[in-house]
Amino acid sequence: MELLDNIAKNLEAGEDEKVLELTKAAIQQKLPPQDILDKGLIAGMNVVGERFKNHDIFLPEVLLAAKAMYAGMDELKPLLIEEGIPSIGKVVIGSVQGDLHDIGKNLVGIMLKGAGFEVIDLGSDVSPEKFIDTAEKEEAGVIGMSALLTTTMSVMKQVVELLDGRGLKGKVKIIVGGAPVSADFAKEIGADAYGFDGINAVEKIKGLCGVG
Amino acid sequence: MLAETLLARLGRGRPLVSDGAIGTMLIDRGLKAGLAPESFNLENTEALEEIARLYFDVGADIVHTNTFGGSSLKLTSHHLGDRVEDINRNAISAVKSVAPEQGIVSMSCGPTGMILKPYGDADPEAVYESFQQQLAIAVDAGADAVTIETMIDLEEAKLAVKAAKSVSGSIPVLATMTFDDTPKGFYTIMGVSIEKAAQGLGAAGADVVGSNCGNGIETMVKIAREFTKVTDLPLLIQANAGLPELRDGTAVYPETPEFMAEKAEELLEMGVAIIGGCCGTTPQHMRVLRQMVDSRH
Repeated sequence: MELLDNIAKNLEAGEDEKVLELTKAAIQQKLPPQDILDKGLIAGMNVVGERFKNHDIFLPEVLLAAKAMYAGMDELKPLLIEEGIPSIGKVVIGSVQGDLHDIGKNLVGIMLKGAGFEVIDLGSDVSPEKFIDTAEKEEAGVIGMSALLTTTMSVMKQVVELLDGRGLKGKVKIIVGGAPVSADFAKEIGADAYGFDGINAVEKIKGLCGVG
Repeated sequence: MLAETLLARLGRGRPLVSDGAIGTMLIDRGLKAGLAPESFNLENTEALEEIARLYFDVGADIVHTNTFGGSSLKLTSHHLGDRVEDINRNAISAVKSVAPEQGIVSMSCGPTGMILKPYGDADPEAVYESFQQQLAIAVDAGADAVTIETMIDLEEAKLAVKAAKSVSGSIPVLATMTFDDTPKGFYTIMGVSIEKAAQGLGAAGADVVGSNCGNGIETMVKIAREFTKVTDLPLLIQANAGLPELRDGTAVYPETPEFMAEKAEELLEMGVAIIGGCCGTTPQHMRVLRQMVDSRH
């Protein structure tokens, strides 16, 4: 479908106004909202993610593509809700400690939304209770935590323990990431996964949710 | 005038030693998770003096102030936006008060944490003014230099360099960025190559360029070598003590003072002007580095 390809291509180029215009046109032509999402917006974002992973593009291009994604999404969202099309999963994300590097966490959020997830971003300096209360209340399937300092990584372990204590272990999965975090560390604290960058985090979260 | 001494001293060709990490030392002295490190500048300047003294005592020529997040835009995210003046002034006073006669006090100036338009929401004018306000305090409070560091966006780094130049025609400006080692070469997360960084920072008026943070000494040696190919400006290199590793449940920075100093010899061989440390480095790292530099010059 040419129109949907066009949406994807313009999203890849970060042309937010064009994506908005084309998304409106697709809706006007009564194309199925699910197709506009999957074959237009998400298809474009997947290409962006792949290029980012291969270091062909960098954060600025991803940010522009994300802006374009949101431009189309804002238009499409009411229709998706109307048709009862669920997101592919709900993820609560946050940094356990405030830092300029919450750029990494923000990137994960952008990538997740781009992949079709519903994202609840709790921001920085998030307490273990807040992570778990939110996941429980929102019925999220995954909690994604970012730590930026060696000294704050221990908070991640507290979240895993608290989750266990509330009897939610297994029901809510935990993925961790951030500069000082490693796969070994994730394993040691009992997290379900480790994401080394935004793209990898999305792949792992898809795995945790049993999609894609 | 110490301000002239820095560039004059660099001109003599003898490498200078900078300081190591400050943040981790503040944590040892009670900095709580979630608080701005700069909150110490309002509550515990004795700790700042103590840390600066530790670095000067082991032979650091340059010690940085605890003002990495001292721009109004960054402090606002910690609800300290109205304390810019005190936070920056107190930090400079603390280091100056313990500096030996030849000691150089450089104001650390890190990113605002915002992303410039069109990629993010930040207005270049607002970012520039935020830097200008902070850096004007450096000049006014008598810092000998400013170090713009851990930058990932060249445009933001250039705004900071230009802001420094706008508040003083003579204060030396050191500017460093943080690079990732990708299969396609060294780039910041915003996609800035070493060549673009060196040229852009130099054109904006930086007197010294280079890299800090993000890498241990071995990768930093490679980064420094790339810089020597694309610029004649003096270089500042500040490596982390490696990347954190997990040992018995706690994360530690693995590179020992001896390991860093040994590898840093390569930096001297390629003519790096200033060698210091970043995350995970301690006064002991700088002591051994100092000894290595002295043994070769």
